[in-house]
Amino acid sequence: MTEPMVSFENVTKRYGTLTVLDNLNLTIGRGEKVAIIGPSGSGKTTVLRMLMTLETIDGGVIRVEGEPLTHMERGGKLVPADQAHIRKVRAKIGMVFQSFNLFPHMTALQNCIEAPMKVLGLSREKAEARAMDLLDMVGMANRRDYYPSQLSGGQQQRVAIARALAMRPKVMLFDEVTSALDPELVGEVLQVIRKLGAEHDLTMLMVTHQMGFAKEFADRVCFFHSGRICEEGEPQAFFTNPQNERSRQFLRAVLEAG
Amino acid sequence: MWDWGFALEILPTLAKAAIVTVQVTLLGFLIALSLGLALAAARIMQPWTAVPISLAVELIRSTPLLIQIFFLYFVGPSFGLTLDAMTAGILAIGLHYAAYCSEVYRAGFESVPRGQWEASVALNLGRWTTLRDIIIPQAIPPVVPALGNYLVALFKETPLLSAIAVMELMQSAKIIGSQTFRYNEPITLVGLFFLVMSLASAWAIRRVEAGINRRYRR
Amino acid sequence: MGLRGLAGLLALTIATIWYLSGLEDYRIFVPGLAQGAAMTVQITAAAAVLAVTAALVAALLKLYGPAPLRWLAVTYIEIFRGTSALVQLFWLYFVLPVFGITLEAYTAAVIGIGLNIGAYGAEVVRGAIVAVPRGQWEATVALNMSRAQALRRIILPQAFAAMIPPWGNLFIELLKTTALVSMITLGDLAFRAQQMNQTTMKTVQIFTLVLLIYLAMSLVITIAMRLLERRAGRGILRARAA
Ligand SMILES: Nc1ncnc2c1ncn2[C@@H]1O[C@H](COP(=O)(O)OP(=O)(O)O)[C@@H](O)[C@H]1O
Ligand SMILES: [Mg+2]
Repeated sequence: MTEPMVSFENVTKRYGTLTVLDNLNLTIGRGEKVAIIGPSGSGKTTVLRMLMTLETIDGGVIRVEGEPLTHMERGGKLVPADQAHIRKVRAKIGMVFQSFNLFPHMTALQNCIEAPMKVLGLSREKAEARAMDLLDMVGMANRRDYYPSQLSGGQQQRVAIARALAMRPKVMLFDEVTSALDPELVGEVLQVIRKLGAEHDLTMLMVTHQMGFAKEFADRVCFFHSGRICEEGEPQAFFTNPQNERSRQFLRAVLEAG
Repeated sequence: MWDWGFALEILPTLAKAAIVTVQVTLLGFLIALSLGLALAAARIMQPWTAVPISLAVELIRSTPLLIQIFFLYFVGPSFGLTLDAMTAGILAIGLHYAAYCSEVYRAGFESVPRGQWEASVALNLGRWTTLRDIIIPQAIPPVVPALGNYLVALFKETPLLSAIAVMELMQSAKIIGSQTFRYNEPITLVGLFFLVMSLASAWAIRRVEAGINRRYRR
Repeated sequence: MGLRGLAGLLALTIATIWYLSGLEDYRIFVPGLAQGAAMTVQITAAAAVLAVTAALVAALLKLYGPAPLRWLAVTYIEIFRGTSALVQLFWLYFVLPVFGITLEAYTAAVIGIGLNIGAYGAEVVRGAIVAVPRGQWEATVALNMSRAQALRRIILPQAFAAMIPPWGNLFIELLKTTALVSMITLGDLAFRAQQMNQTTMKTVQIFTLVLLIYLAMSLVITIAMRLLERRAGRGILRARAA
């Protein structure tokens, strides 16, 4: 069997006395698209942020292509990773945020070439060529010289996706990327993600409240509740016939609201 | 009471001293700006420096600039650091205002949303690159007016250097006064110079502030 | 820094001063510096009273005064904010006699520093008054209060809480500005320090002690203002809850 792309092994996360994730085990295969759903506060964002090294972990190991993320092997033992190791592993991961987090003092194009030039050492021409391909893919090529404040939320989020892709990550994390958007702009962003899934062999982890999208797009759905995976499975089965009482409640509540 | 002839006569001397005042102001402010930024950046990049830096800032802001000028000028030699009056004065005034500026920069840094740091981590940018390319360009523009106010404050404190006989405006006026026993014209002229410069700077700062606000509302 | 940290720092500062004063090298300076410190405290207190008064009057005139008085207030504020404190002191002490008004050094010091800080304070007071929500004024109109009544009973008490932190900074500035009076021959802390420095050349000892004494004074001011802020804040909170 091939090695999984990402694996969480008994991962625990606490904030003070609050245990946010409790012995989480989750394995994601190469190219797999996993939708993470669940009520607010159940720890979905925390899972992505730990993988992006934005949060420390209090127990367990996260591996990316077999390599531990926050630890490294030295003399057969696991020791806390140094900055160089973390940056090496982190290079495989990209993230798109709920609030876009574009750099407001840079144009769309500048947003997309900053890291490729500074981190990957690409020349300006190479970085721009790569960025323009991606901006084209997300339908933003004609807005390359616009500043974020001159773009709509949906457009900003598409630029943010291009910016993350410009680093050629193997895993993409999406944290409720349509939640901050006006309803009429949600579609254009989901369309881009669909296209991405179809054209690239990316591994994707997405936290989403768009149940229809999760059902149609994901290979697998993980339902989180109170820091645990309550139920996971193939979307058709999960959405039509949830096994767990909590999943049923959650789906009922979401369907009523939407 | 007011002798126009005398006022005109001393004008060239005062003008020469005004150049020194402007030099002290600009060099002192250059130190304040760069050292202040270094201090604020150190607090972010090396969290352990926060306590010693905030103590030093507190100490500098809580004691008179005049004493600090004396300290640098007179105490320096006991540590093998002999400075001429002008250098000691510029250093003291620069250090003093670096403490104030570092707090201004700190507020600027804190006004940059956390998401900007997080996006930089997600793009695997190094911490220094993030600071230089992402954080500083966003943190500085909003605090330019506050820094400008400190430039004016610093300018108005340059007469303190007359205490260690730096030939700036106040010292020049004092010397004219003691030689001619006429203090009226020199000191009033110095006062007018400061008034005009301060009002002009206040106006300029308001213009800059309006400009920045306009750009940021884009 | 929090109130605890400030109190700790003050205790540490006082302990250090105490310890140093006992040392052979420092002991001889203690009486002179103590006299100087007393003068510094005296000028600070007197100038603070003048500054607060001048600030209140100037702010109210600038906001609500009739045209000539309004212009007077604006002129006062701009002149004292626009020129150097040292220039102002020299002007009061050396130039005013030319116009037939001779001030003693102490009087010139208190007036100069008080009016200088008062000019900055006027803008603080004005800002705090302007920041009181319009609805408060409208409520006083609805209650048929006179403008003076409204100001005294309703607006100023609310503005008071907002003024305390900036006034804390201004009082520190005031204390630091008093060091300038040494240049018009008043025997304050800075003056004594220079005097003894010239006679003994024990520069490090003298100026270390002096810096610590100023630090202690600043900390006392900061802590006092923080406590005042706390009490005023409680008052507002209570008013809001009721
Ligand atoms: N920085 C933090 N400090 C303390 N608690 C936090 C912090 N971040 C998240 N939490 C808590 O962790 C839990 C999980 O948060 P999160 O992963 O954001 O949930 P979700 O994304 O599923 O809504 C919540 O109870 C939240 O309040
Ligand atoms: Mg979340």
